[in-house]
Amino acid sequence: MIYTDKVMDHFQNPRNVGVIKDADGTGQVGNPVCGDMMTFYIKVKDDKLEDIKFQTFGCGAAIAVSSIVSEMALGRTLDEAMKITNEIVAEELGGLPKNKLHCSNLGADALHAAISDYRKKHAAEQAEVSQEAGKCYCPYCDGPIEGLEGACAACHVDLEECPHCGNLTKKGEEKCAKCGADLEPE
Amino acid sequence: MRQVYLDHIAATPLDPQVLEAMLPFFRDKFGNPQSLHSAGQEALIALEEARLRVAQLIGAEDSEVFFTSSGSEANNFALKGMAAARRDKGRHLVLSAIEHQSILHSVKSLEKSGFSSTLVPVDKHGLVDPEAVRRAIQKETVLVSVILASSEVGTVEPIAEIARICRAAGVPLHTDAVAAVGNIPVDVRELGVDALSLAADQFYGPKGSGALFVKKGVRILPFIDGGIQEGGRRAGTENVAGIVGMGKAAEIARAELPERQVRIKTLRDRLIDRLPQKVDRVYLTGHRERRLPHQASFCVEFIEGEGMLLNLDMKGISVSSGSACTSRALKASHVLLAMGIDHALAQGSLVFSLVEGNTAGDIDYLLEVLPPIIDRLRKMSPLYTKFLEESQK
Repeated sequence: MIYTDKVMDHFQNPRNVGVIKDADGTGQVGNPVCGDMMTFYIKVKDDKLEDIKFQTFGCGAAIAVSSIVSEMALGRTLDEAMKITNEIVAEELGGLPKNKLHCSNLGADALHAAISDYRKKHAAEQAEVSQEAGKCYCPYCDGPIEGLEGACAACHVDLEECPHCGNLTKKGEEKCAKCGADLEPE
Repeated sequence: MRQVYLDHIAATPLDPQVLEAMLPFFRDKFGNPQSLHSAGQEALIALEEARLRVAQLIGAEDSEVFFTSSGSEANNFALKGMAAARRDKGRHLVLSAIEHQSILHSVKSLEKSGFSSTLVPVDKHGLVDPEAVRRAIQKETVLVSVILASSEVGTVEPIAEIARICRAAGVPLHTDAVAAVGNIPVDVRELGVDALSLAADQFYGPKGSGALFVKKGVRILPFIDGGIQEGGRRAGTENVAGIVGMGKAAEIARAELPERQVRIKTLRDRLIDRLPQKVDRVYLTGHRERRLPHQASFCVEFIEGEGMLLNLDMKGISVSSGSACTSRALKASHVLLAMGIDHALAQGSLVFSLVEGNTAGDIDYLLEVLPPIIDRLRKMSPLYTKFLEESQK
């Protein structure tokens, strides 16, 4: 057998297969041309992954990777889940054949895509709220910021207002994180 | 657990009579056929008898048969040796779009030394149109190579017609008959080919043993330089045991072919007819009638081949797939794509190829085990979910 016992276990008994109809975020990566396609659905509560379901079109490795990614991420905070890397996934499965390592990339990518989708929707809601409240959010960690200049209290990035688009961006960077305009060095 | 081997195209089981014939050449009959002493002469006699048996299987003269280490080597030998022998006449090759990798890559290699090639397309059944070959032949064309039968989709090509066209154009024709020889009647004179590749592991002989037929008078340059073995065209001490095994397998195939064909075709048709009755959206690939008697290949929609292959393996059933994931190169089968099958469907490729010894019970076991596997994998597939949602609308 080309796969480890753990891969075969997750391939044979995949955890969290399915669809969440009213998902807070969905992420789809890959396409049938390359041989693999994954869709992840997430429910988020208190910044934690309360439920995860996936569907996968692909080889044994792709199915096993989706299953273990869902297992590893369930119950974690979004930030923790974003830190699940391809290497960690492959390692957790006891290794994958060299030519199947790209499957592990897809698993983490699909989960991250679902989280990004959630955050995008969430950020849109937050933006509406923030306009009312006049609050700003750090472009690096999405934490709330008091006032326009200064450092983000949550992630400690020094921020300044981009003179071109008015959004906050990291101090000392060459380009604005939001609009990409060149920033003059101090 | 029941064991059902349905992967003839990967390797056939070794016929016990073949093994018996080979064993002495691993033990006391170890002589080198090129030695003048009696130990050598004993090996030489066995070697030449095997050559005759292989020649008889394909209707050739024994002097027209050159032993190689595999079907792939025979294909390399034919393409490179024949193209190089005629390179002063032109540097253009014609081949079909569904050739084996050993043909396609030989041509790629020739293209690095100044050759160019034209790929003749196939229809949705995998058939090459002989007229398309005629149109592809140019003044500069020095060799045409068309597969006799594709192991992946089973389609048997109209080689005799293509040979007539090549002969009229004065261009030699090679055919890769690796999947065909020993499984359907193959006669080089009836086909009218100038060169033909075959391999013993496709007709119950050993691995590592193939041959190239080259018609008398057709020029071909040596493939391995060295000693005088194989008429100086393929040097290296002969794989005597392997060649003896191939000879024995050829002898058996020649005697039993008519009966074998009918028996295996009956079982194959049981599979071809019943699987689509049991599972929706499963499509036979290749030509329904003009196909190898042992071959039944399908594409199963919405899922990928490797998942099915692994699940079947756990049930004791060995099969192949042409999906991207099952190939080490992670590319979908060029044969399926050449037939116009789209990428997603090509990923659902399953290739069953029967061997001697398979029974109706084996086929029924497969028909019992496979539908739930397909069902389970489809329930996991986003493509199937999408299909269900759309069909509900």
